[in-house]
Amino acid sequence: MSDTTNPRNLSDDDRVESDRLLHDALTGGKLPRWATAAVAAAALVVAIVLNLLTSVDGVAGTLVVAVLLFVAFQTLWSFRVEGRRHAVDRLATTAVYATFVIALAPLVAVLLTVIVQGFQVISAEFLTTSMRGVSPRAEGGGLYHALIGTLQQVGIATLFGVPLGVLTAIYLVEYAPSAKNRRLARAVSFFVDVMTGVPSVVVGLFIYTAFVLTLGMQRSGFAASLALTILMLPVIVRSTEEMLRIVPNELREASFALGIPKWRTILKVVLPTALSGIITGAMLAIARVAGETAPLLLTTFFTNSINVNPFNGPQAALPTFIWDQFNSGTDPSRSRAWGGALVLIVIVMLLYAGAKLIARYTGVKK
Amino acid sequence: MAKRIDVTDLDIYYGSFKAVEGATFSVEPRSITAFIGPSGCGKSTVLRSLNRMHEVIPGAYVDGDVLLDGEDIYGADIDPVNVRRTIGMVFQRPNPFPTMSIYDNVVAGLRLEGGKRRKADLDDMVEKSLRGANLWEEVKDRLDRPGSSLSGGQQQRLCIARAIAVEPQVLLMDEPCSALDPISTLAIEDLMEELKERFTIVIVTHNMQQAARVSDTTAFFNLSGVGKPGRLVEMATTEAMFSNPTQQATEDYISGRFG
Repeated sequence: MSDTTNPRNLSDDDRVESDRLLHDALTGGKLPRWATAAVAAAALVVAIVLNLLTSVDGVAGTLVVAVLLFVAFQTLWSFRVEGRRHAVDRLATTAVYATFVIALAPLVAVLLTVIVQGFQVISAEFLTTSMRGVSPRAEGGGLYHALIGTLQQVGIATLFGVPLGVLTAIYLVEYAPSAKNRRLARAVSFFVDVMTGVPSVVVGLFIYTAFVLTLGMQRSGFAASLALTILMLPVIVRSTEEMLRIVPNELREASFALGIPKWRTILKVVLPTALSGIITGAMLAIARVAGETAPLLLTTFFTNSINVNPFNGPQAALPTFIWDQFNSGTDPSRSRAWGGALVLIVIVMLLYAGAKLIARYTGVKK
Repeated sequence: MAKRIDVTDLDIYYGSFKAVEGATFSVEPRSITAFIGPSGCGKSTVLRSLNRMHEVIPGAYVDGDVLLDGEDIYGADIDPVNVRRTIGMVFQRPNPFPTMSIYDNVVAGLRLEGGKRRKADLDDMVEKSLRGANLWEEVKDRLDRPGSSLSGGQQQRLCIARAIAVEPQVLLMDEPCSALDPISTLAIEDLMEELKERFTIVIVTHNMQQAARVSDTTAFFNLSGVGKPGRLVEMATTEAMFSNPTQQATEDYISGRFG
């Protein structure tokens, strides 16, 4: 009785042979691990050679040719060795990575440019002096006046916008569904949508008309804060709404079942659970309005002097500082504009990091 | 401190949809009453109407009387928040508060109802409630860990500890073991036997063996037909229900001949 299909009955040589066959069947025709790197290197070499030999010139052209060659080489090779499914998989993988790089490239480029250009002017003097009496052609001066303006205006806008926005979202999610009359909720929701689409310059015009012309107040940092508040509101309402909606209903019910009143349930159970997301949304809103220029020009205009009182007279801000310095068109003022851009980005990033820290220590425990 | 519940002619509506019709029954103090029946027959709805939890769904209301030791919990001057403090509830899926530690979860009901309490009192209450829920030995060294770090069965016992910490008169349990493994289920069933000494317990279950094992009284709910409201078919001592039901529908359901 010899049964060759049973491995125990095979000779040692046969067993080695059968193991090898099994190994081949499982690994199939598979490109070696170094295939992708090798194809990439080969494509690059061929592209550079083509660049030297033909009329395709420049780094960008060479890179494009290299990518196309890479895709062609790899797909063909894979198709020959691994079959159709793997070839398509590699093609799709390459496409996904390529789109990722294309989407990221402008972001990285902007950030790098701002950092490189901005760092050249950043100094203690730049951060602590104003542009008062500094000629556009001269070096020196600084953005202290604009920094104060932006911090005050965005700060006041946050003070108004975040509570208003979060409370509106709480109304929409927690109270409106059980209200007998849904008309108010629908109206609020509709106007929030409309506000999202209103251009910022129109909001600036509105505050100018309502606050300055109708109420007879003067243009000031405070007027700018009001415009920024309006711009922040819809973003905060929508993001907070989303966050509150994904808090599981089971948590609300668990709280109600303990005899905890609704307002306390919202304050102690629902809001803490959604806090991290709410803070992220608020930060996006703050970051968005911190870079607004048009409404500031209409509501507080611009000045080269330090004005620490947001309720009195024109106040500078970083976006208007950048705009003004860029407009001057000289080399020193251009580089001051880059410095302003860098400071603006750093402020937003610091706020974001701070908010994330707060959220980590107060939110959902892991 | 356990109290009895008397329900008379209870109709429960979700908006214009009548979910349950004409339920009349009594729940004895210091006993376990099980609600059984097919899905969608309204047993959870009836359970939730006993502490006005169904009102959380917009448009839900009841018609009929629910008396807690003679007091109508749907009376005009009754605050649903106080009703829920008196009649606690445990849900199907364990739902500890994700932002709170084990300790904070247990005292959530005490703290969130407002008022200052001494730390020592809270500590005592936490130990007492966790012991009551048979969880103390397992978690006493990590009370500051998040409630969500526990296993499913432990989380459900944490939820029971949270519910009994506010010292309710009645404990409603809506399929408390359906998300748990057999060992955790056994732990909860043993716990119910102990809790029965102090509380009136009403439990909804899809598990017939569970109803037979733990309950003193069983109520069978069923739909009158497709799209029609659910109703209470029969209610009797568990022994009588499982050995000698008077209604054909009950016998069919219990013996598994019914869809």
